[in-house]
Amino acid sequence: MKNLKHVLVAASPLLVAAGLVFGAAAAPDDWSDADIAVLKSLNIKTRQERSDPSNKYEDSAAAAALGKRIFFDPRASANQQVSCASCHDPRQQFQDGRPLGQGIATGLRRTMPILGSANAAWQFWDGRKDSVWSQALGPLEDAREHGGNRVAYARLIDAHYRQEYEAVFNSMPDLKTLPEQASPAGTPAQRAAWAKMSEGERQAVSRVFANIGKALAAYEKTLKLGPSRFDHYVEAIAEHAPAAAQLLSPSEKRGLRLFIGKGECVTCHGGPLLSDEHFHNTGVPPRDRFAPDLGRAAAVKAVLNDEFNCLGKFSDAQRRDCAELEFIADNDPHMLGAFKTPSLRNAALRPPYMHAGQLATLMDVMRHYATAPAAAVGRTERKPVSFSAAEMADLVAFIGTLNSPVEETDARAAPPSRSVRSN
Amino acid sequence: MRYLVPFLSFFTALTLLSGCAMPPPADLDVRTTRPTSDGQYLVTLRPLVPVVPVNQIHSWEIAITTAGGAPVDGMHISFDGGMPQHGHGFPTQPRVTEEMGNGRYRLDGVKFSMTGWWEMKLRFESGQTREQVTFNTVVATPGADRKLAAP
Repeated sequence: MKNLKHVLVAASPLLVAAGLVFGAAAAPDDWSDADIAVLKSLNIKTRQERSDPSNKYEDSAAAAALGKRIFFDPRASANQQVSCASCHDPRQQFQDGRPLGQGIATGLRRTMPILGSANAAWQFWDGRKDSVWSQALGPLEDAREHGGNRVAYARLIDAHYRQEYEAVFNSMPDLKTLPEQASPAGTPAQRAAWAKMSEGERQAVSRVFANIGKALAAYEKTLKLGPSRFDHYVEAIAEHAPAAAQLLSPSEKRGLRLFIGKGECVTCHGGPLLSDEHFHNTGVPPRDRFAPDLGRAAAVKAVLNDEFNCLGKFSDAQRRDCAELEFIADNDPHMLGAFKTPSLRNAALRPPYMHAGQLATLMDVMRHYATAPAAAVGRTERKPVSFSAAEMADLVAFIGTLNSPVEETDARAAPPSRSVRSN
Repeated sequence: MRYLVPFLSFFTALTLLSGCAMPPPADLDVRTTRPTSDGQYLVTLRPLVPVVPVNQIHSWEIAITTAGGAPVDGMHISFDGGMPQHGHGFPTQPRVTEEMGNGRYRLDGVKFSMTGWWEMKLRFESGQTREQVTFNTVVATPGADRKLAAP
């Protein structure tokens, strides 16, 4: 060891000289190479779009055009007044700004923004769906949301979208002999009517229902997040552009340092969407502490038993494409009270926060993480962090740099649909 | 000179990890071949991909030999693990899907949801044998090792 010390001492003038030489080319704002690697991993341009083998129509422009019309159609609900856009408002980054979603009735959780959702293996706050198309079906039959039933949805397509539907999918089944309303997930009367239908009739209707989800997913895939001020900053830093230092304010840069350093925010809020797309219990207080939301723990069985999952008969995937489902963690105690890490893209534009809108502002979120209260159900992963008020304000300022424009790709410019078989 | 190699590996590890929000302990044992709990077997764990990815399911290989170096087949292996510094487990439930022969086993369904220190725990059962071994794997920020590859 003594020898090594000698070597280092002898080499130190060289190291200093090397530091001076390299110092001339140092990155603006004194970011280290390791920091820059982290910053680059957050750049929206590093995002690799996931394809969904369970939806062979996801790149079809005709499916996207049909999905867009259904998305904005309030007839797709029990009271003819609720469309997907009622909660996923395109003027508000495809969410509603409410603590709890408001459809036919008040929902149980915060409306999630649609942008970037295709990036995740699991959909919804608890991941009870494993694809965007399957996710889109959930609210349609939820009594609090659209409150509809799948025979009524098939009738809607038959009456108003038959031509567009048949151009993309297979021919519409004959619905004349079917009850007006029926669903395995509806009211007792609708469930009874569903049970009286033949297996072939049920499958034909569920196939139309699944295809509605696939068209909605194709539309959602045309919605993209553009680069934010943060992304421009990271690119300028990586290129050692002298102007880089001007792109963010001193407070925003201090916030960024805390975000990837002391705050440890980046461990969960990593990657180009600033989410690990996984589930964590961070001790967010439930709305009703006598009936706390169990989160992911209660959703695992639901997704495994879902007829619209990757392995189900309405999926276009091969078994090998369904590894997430096949290797699902079904006995992880950490999933009790755990919810999905939300993307921080546009987070500053969409208060309130957390899975049931429990926290009104981003400052409240910072205070929550600083104090790290015990969880009402399960155990929180978080430990308290000592943040000053100024540090919390810097973190909030940084999150504002992640506001990304929402871009809709032109349907005509969409890639040609993959070979589409009738099924 | 014999001190220089561990020193350099430690330095390399630091370079790789300084991007992580919470660096692993400096003395973390990251050996990829380790003896089982009571020393009966020697286990090697390696990824079957060139770069361990974040948030993508991929496969690893487990190789088991006796302390004397003979491959051990027919072992029942179960997997557990997570991030000790964050108090959570793996986002998937990896499992051995195939016995590849010559003491090698395929571990499928491995996914790391973030960079940093992960524990990968293997339990072995065969007849009366009950043994275990824990590996420490440090998942680096994508691109953070590029500098090391440069001349």
